[in-house]
Amino acid sequence: MRHTRLKTDTAIGLILSVFFGIGIVLLTYINQLPVGDQSGLDEFIFGQAAAMVSSDVRIISIVAIILVAIVVLLFKELKLLIFDREFAQGIGLPTTVLNGLLMTMIVAAVVIGLQAVGVVLMVSMLIAPAITARYWTDRLDHMVILSGIVGALSGISGTLISAPISGMPTGPLIVVSACMLFFVSLVIAPKKGLLIKAYRLKHLRKQTAREQILQSLYELAEEHYAATRSLKTFPGEDIQALRPLSARRFQKALKGLQQSGYVNVTNEGFYLTASGREKAHRVTLNNRYMQMYAMHEVRFANLHMEKQNWDFLSLPEEEQGRLQALLHEHKLEPTLLQMLQEGRTST
Amino acid sequence: MTDYTFWILLTASLVGITCGIIGVLLILRKLAMVSDAISHTVLLGIISAFLITQSLDGWTMFIGAAIVGVLTTVFIQMLNSAGVQSDASIGIVFTFLFAIGVILVSMFARNVHIDVEHTIMGEIAFIPWETVNWFGIEAPQAVWMLSIVLVIDVILLLFFYKEFKLSTFDPELAAALGLPVGLLHYLLMGMTSITAVASFDAVGAILVVAMLIAPGATAYLLTERFSMMFVLSATFGVIAAISGYYMAAWLNASIAGMMATMAGVLFLLAFIFSPTHGMIAKALSQKHIRTFDADT
Repeated sequence: MRHTRLKTDTAIGLILSVFFGIGIVLLTYINQLPVGDQSGLDEFIFGQAAAMVSSDVRIISIVAIILVAIVVLLFKELKLLIFDREFAQGIGLPTTVLNGLLMTMIVAAVVIGLQAVGVVLMVSMLIAPAITARYWTDRLDHMVILSGIVGALSGISGTLISAPISGMPTGPLIVVSACMLFFVSLVIAPKKGLLIKAYRLKHLRKQTAREQILQSLYELAEEHYAATRSLKTFPGEDIQALRPLSARRFQKALKGLQQSGYVNVTNEGFYLTASGREKAHRVTLNNRYMQMYAMHEVRFANLHMEKQNWDFLSLPEEEQGRLQALLHEHKLEPTLLQMLQEGRTST
Repeated sequence: MTDYTFWILLTASLVGITCGIIGVLLILRKLAMVSDAISHTVLLGIISAFLITQSLDGWTMFIGAAIVGVLTTVFIQMLNSAGVQSDASIGIVFTFLFAIGVILVSMFARNVHIDVEHTIMGEIAFIPWETVNWFGIEAPQAVWMLSIVLVIDVILLLFFYKEFKLSTFDPELAAALGLPVGLLHYLLMGMTSITAVASFDAVGAILVVAMLIAPGATAYLLTERFSMMFVLSATFGVIAAISGYYMAAWLNASIAGMMATMAGVLFLLAFIFSPTHGMIAKALSQKHIRTFDADT
């Protein structure tokens, strides 16, 4: 299929369904031949775990043990093959052989799984435990073990649920339990789960809203002070005009800022407290550093800011100096605190 | 030709045309695996519709299948945006929904005519016996359903032809021009679902994928024109259906399976002999380049 203009998914779908069709033709053809030993064939499509006999179990166990043994013995090589194929080739590993081995192992796993869950649902036994494990760990060795455990758990629970109810198919129940484990992991997994992500997003939104208000107040005060040498309170509309937020989030963030003692409220509006000015200064400085960084990203490529959570104020003095120089050039230095200090010393 | 054969051939040809037309869009939009997923999950739609309404009426099943089909794509999209790779999310969603469908079938609907094997292979041989009389014409229910779906598909396709064309080949431009790209996507998914459910009786869940993908892929190797692809794909669908029926009758094997096989054979022929993209043509042009290089 590499040689046509068809996309991979078309090729897979085509091969899959056409070969399945051929399989069905052969199946129906064999069914009317006058030979024995054919009645179990359509059970492979859905699997019939309950109909397995001890020789089946023995074969499955032996194949499973061989597969696990291969994975353990060749773990390093397979790991390299998966993550950096070119490098593996470079240090002289037989990547084609290893890849073939991997494919053969997948086929072997599918074949022994057929009797339990059947052709169609085998797909999910290959995928679900693995991505479930992926949510809990970043290490391949842990992932392999975890995935095995998840697979075993879903097998056991599926069987236990289906056993007491007559007519319940075991294979689909195993698949449903595997998927359930995946969905649960998707939601509650630490670090990657949806809940923790949502919480982080909410926290980030809250923080951003607060910082926006602080910076807006700071900038308003800065401008006003530069013109009139006095501080003043600003109505909410002025703050909103600078960096619009939804009304609800605006109120909530302001309340939070009041509670932290950064902002005070009067009848006319809001103003920064002394500690609020300090905080707002830092926020404004950081955001303006960010602006400089974005404008001159090439010059600061060594900083890897995305890894440091965009916290410019924790950078070494020297780097901050470079950013400061740029700010000066663009006349964007936050100056309110300085002006206030000068005002105080001159009076 | 007896009446019985005629109805089977008509049903099979309708499946070929309908699936062929939809398949073109699926292939060009790289949705072949999604169609595989949908064709499985319509089982859940059919059985849920049956459990809710307690009837085997074609229309409720239609609606159920269309809803579940679109839901399938929505779920896949959701998992995708939650950070799961697209192939893994397709695999999880469709096996999950399919497994639930199978469980529901074996729990509640054992005695109804939806049985599991039927869903896999279809029962095209029984179709001529389930006739209904609409507008004074006595025809099998499957033929009615397929014709209606075909009409719906063709009308939607003609109506949104330009939109589909643009959003298939240049989705960014289409989005920039303000076309509802997402809506078109779900519209196509809905069309795929009703096509799958209408073809379900005839060819079953898995082989409908062959009828969806193979004729389109064959046409893709033979033409560069969007409109031509639909015509060729539908034609190949019909050829696969009719030749499949006669082959099956000759070997006394599964008709649906043979239709899929013939679709594959047609693809193989195009793969080898296509004048522009076939293996022979490519080998010849390569040889031509080599001799050309040697000459200069």
